[in-house]
Amino acid sequence: MSELVQQIINGLSLGSIYALIALGYTMVYGILKLINFAHGEVFMIGSYAGYYAATVFGIERYQASGATFPLYMAVVVLVVAMAAAALLGVSIEFLAYRPVRSAPRLTPLITAIGVSLFLQNAAMLVFSPNPRAYPAIIHEVRFEAGGVIITNIKLTIFIVALLLMFGLHVLVQKTWTGRAMRALSVNLDAAKLMGIDTNRTIQATFAIGSALAAAGGILFGLDQITINPLMGVLTGLKAFVAAVLGGIGNIPGAVLGGLLIGLAEQLTAGYLSPDYRDAITFLILIFVLILKPEGLLGVVRQEKV
Amino acid sequence: MTEARRPQWLKRALIAAGIVVVLYGLELVVQAVTIEYVQRIMLLAGINVILAVGLNLINGTTGQFSIGHAGFMAVGAYGSAFLGVQLAPIVAGALGSGPLADGVTFNVGLVLGGLLAGGAGLLVGIPSLRLRGDYLAVVTLGFGEIIRILFNNAKFLGGATGYSGDNPAGLPPYTTFFWVFLWVMVVIAVIKNLTFSQTGRSLSAIREDEIAAEAMGTPTVRLKVTAFAFSAAAAGVAGGLFAHMQSGVRPEDFRFERSIDMIVMIIVGGLGSISGAVLGGIFVAVSLELMRDFQEYRLVLYALLLIVIMIVRPQGLLGNREIGEFLRFGKKKSGPELSG
Amino acid sequence: MTLLKLDKVDKIFGGLRAVSGVSFSVEPRSVFGLIGPNGAGKTTIFNVITGVYKPDGGRISFNGRDISGLRPAEVAHAGVARTFQNIRLFRSMTVEENVMVAGHHLHQSSILDAVLRTRAHADDEAALSRRAQELLEVFGLRQYAGEVSGSLPYGSQRRLEIARALMLRPELLLLDEPAAGMNSQEAGDLKTQIRFLRDEMKLTVVLVEHNMSVVMGVCEKIHVVDHGQTIAEGSPAEIKTHPKVLAAYLGQEEEGAA
Repeated sequence: MSELVQQIINGLSLGSIYALIALGYTMVYGILKLINFAHGEVFMIGSYAGYYAATVFGIERYQASGATFPLYMAVVVLVVAMAAAALLGVSIEFLAYRPVRSAPRLTPLITAIGVSLFLQNAAMLVFSPNPRAYPAIIHEVRFEAGGVIITNIKLTIFIVALLLMFGLHVLVQKTWTGRAMRALSVNLDAAKLMGIDTNRTIQATFAIGSALAAAGGILFGLDQITINPLMGVLTGLKAFVAAVLGGIGNIPGAVLGGLLIGLAEQLTAGYLSPDYRDAITFLILIFVLILKPEGLLGVVRQEKV
Repeated sequence: MTEARRPQWLKRALIAAGIVVVLYGLELVVQAVTIEYVQRIMLLAGINVILAVGLNLINGTTGQFSIGHAGFMAVGAYGSAFLGVQLAPIVAGALGSGPLADGVTFNVGLVLGGLLAGGAGLLVGIPSLRLRGDYLAVVTLGFGEIIRILFNNAKFLGGATGYSGDNPAGLPPYTTFFWVFLWVMVVIAVIKNLTFSQTGRSLSAIREDEIAAEAMGTPTVRLKVTAFAFSAAAAGVAGGLFAHMQSGVRPEDFRFERSIDMIVMIIVGGLGSISGAVLGGIFVAVSLELMRDFQEYRLVLYALLLIVIMIVRPQGLLGNREIGEFLRFGKKKSGPELSG
Repeated sequence: MTLLKLDKVDKIFGGLRAVSGVSFSVEPRSVFGLIGPNGAGKTTIFNVITGVYKPDGGRISFNGRDISGLRPAEVAHAGVARTFQNIRLFRSMTVEENVMVAGHHLHQSSILDAVLRTRAHADDEAALSRRAQELLEVFGLRQYAGEVSGSLPYGSQRRLEIARALMLRPELLLLDEPAAGMNSQEAGDLKTQIRFLRDEMKLTVVLVEHNMSVVMGVCEKIHVVDHGQTIAEGSPAEIKTHPKVLAAYLGQEEEGAA
């Protein structure tokens, strides 16, 4: 029983990270109807940004002297990484996606694949392909209760993810930007005609999604201990499946999907075999797209003839 | 009626025999005159051409974007390697050993590998081809990965270390200039004939406007799946040729990067153009060899190439036209509109 | 016997009843008009007949056979062809190719024949091309045969869509706003063409149209819908003065008006 609880906790924490990344996919798809293949790489670069920020802020000095990295500094690292990722996301939108926004469907898809490929390989050149150990921005402390081990890192993941999702909810529901984002995702052209600055809103969407992905990247690094330039490929794909599972374009759906995928992966690894932990996500993708392509919380869209 | 038929088949048989002789002669010349490095590039170019022309049928002509064809290449590679090893003793029993037996074993293996890959194409295509553009792309990616994971976990095929037959020296090196380019011509001929026919026209109609195509009586699902199976079979044949150039087949050879290489081939050449696919296939083979020591740079280059092409010249080199149209012979045919 | 019969057909989208209890019959070799204000459900009715949508209630019969819920390709093979409100040509294909796509009945050879380039294949291609050229000739489009269809002027594109539909050898032709964007000269030519389709080509035509001159000029019977429901049916003369029809198009008279 405690084994099951352990797997569930691990699955939910992994799922929270997937949810943070999935939000970026779902928001961009909701507005542009584009699968931002490069989003996984933004997650990866966000993680590396956290790594470098921590290094710049002298985490090695703290570790050398046996002290823990102060919490306020951890927050600073998070903010810096999120800002860096936001900048990256906006740049990608401006340089690669905006020029082809009005082109037939296939063109932005190929562009997105190109950007993803570019970032992966550029990262391998810049960061070296070797995995690195993630700095202990949060020093791990373990708690045990009834055979179940939970670390403060897992707690941090839950708390940070919850806070960010709540923040997103407030933003989307209560602010002008959020309202604009919702309007654009319903009808891009009508929103433009209503005077909404579509370019700014789209940039905001990319910025927010990228920032969330970066947060996910730092949490992932803390949880999984090592990072490498290709970490965004598989994780990004899984987060995308999460977005589809929940209903692409649907924000609560992305959260639900993320948690479900995390659970499915963890339970498969724990009870079936670790070899198939990745395959289960692909299987879920195939089943969803074939049986219920609009996802769990999505709406069926009839094409006008 | 039969009077007209006999000369047609006779003429064709003569042409085929002529091609065989020319190819064989070319092989001798190539082996005598060029170094192994260049020969390897030629073989890879030929294999790439088969991959690209096959993929172009479904991505370009039919407009159904698949990014998981590496999986079908893997099925063909493993299939022809494994079945070839099983077949060899049977063929040897009937034909002894030597080039004839090798040729039979190899080609039967290739055909079987291609059929298996085509079957895999049916399995993947039937559920997937109901999906819209970007969803189809992701599902095919998923299937490509699943196939690779399956091979990675298949102990009887060597698992992650791969399959190299029952000979410690590895798989028999059947792949030669002659066989590669013979198959190149076969695949191009088949796909060209398919494209310039009512079937090809219907596939283009599906690409242009699937709803209108259906309203005009086109059996869209059947045709999409058929085209998908054909393109998967082509990838399978290419896989078989590829396998017998290496000492073994490994799952590592069929990662997502391989599917990306195929995409680059048809985008650079021009989506919807058979001659474009040929050029694209050659381009990727040459750039792969030239940049062998700079693998990471090669992928960065491909990525930038995709992005820049999409922004500046989405129709690639030839757009949807064939090289014949530029040289003022050859039929005009339609292709996908990629420019905004 | 009635060629096309709709029996209490419904179509619901989410909460919206796009079509509700619509019934009508179309006699062979007649021109039947389907009119109503924008958003009345006319194109939806076409889409239900041709299988693009499945009806949520009621039946559609063609030549005595129930075709409700058949797929569009099956409906086409049964003998029902259509054009679209927003022209749906195969834009980057040539004019001739557009028409040839619909030539299934002339093309009996298989994919294998195509791959092997057999005589059967060559004969089929020649027959397809011949028939396509004939149809293009009828619609005055023969000189554009090799042109990319997307580059044709608007009126020619509309005529091409009709030619393409006729390649199916249909008994019933559904025309969705064929006069859209036409001036009075072109609309007059359209009226002549529709009569030609009925009289010379022995077709039955159902016409969705907003151009009242065309509707009143060629239709023998007119069915009026509004908000998905039938509000009137009759001859052009009856419909022209029908109070419900006038109300639907012009709005209710204001309360208290003199």
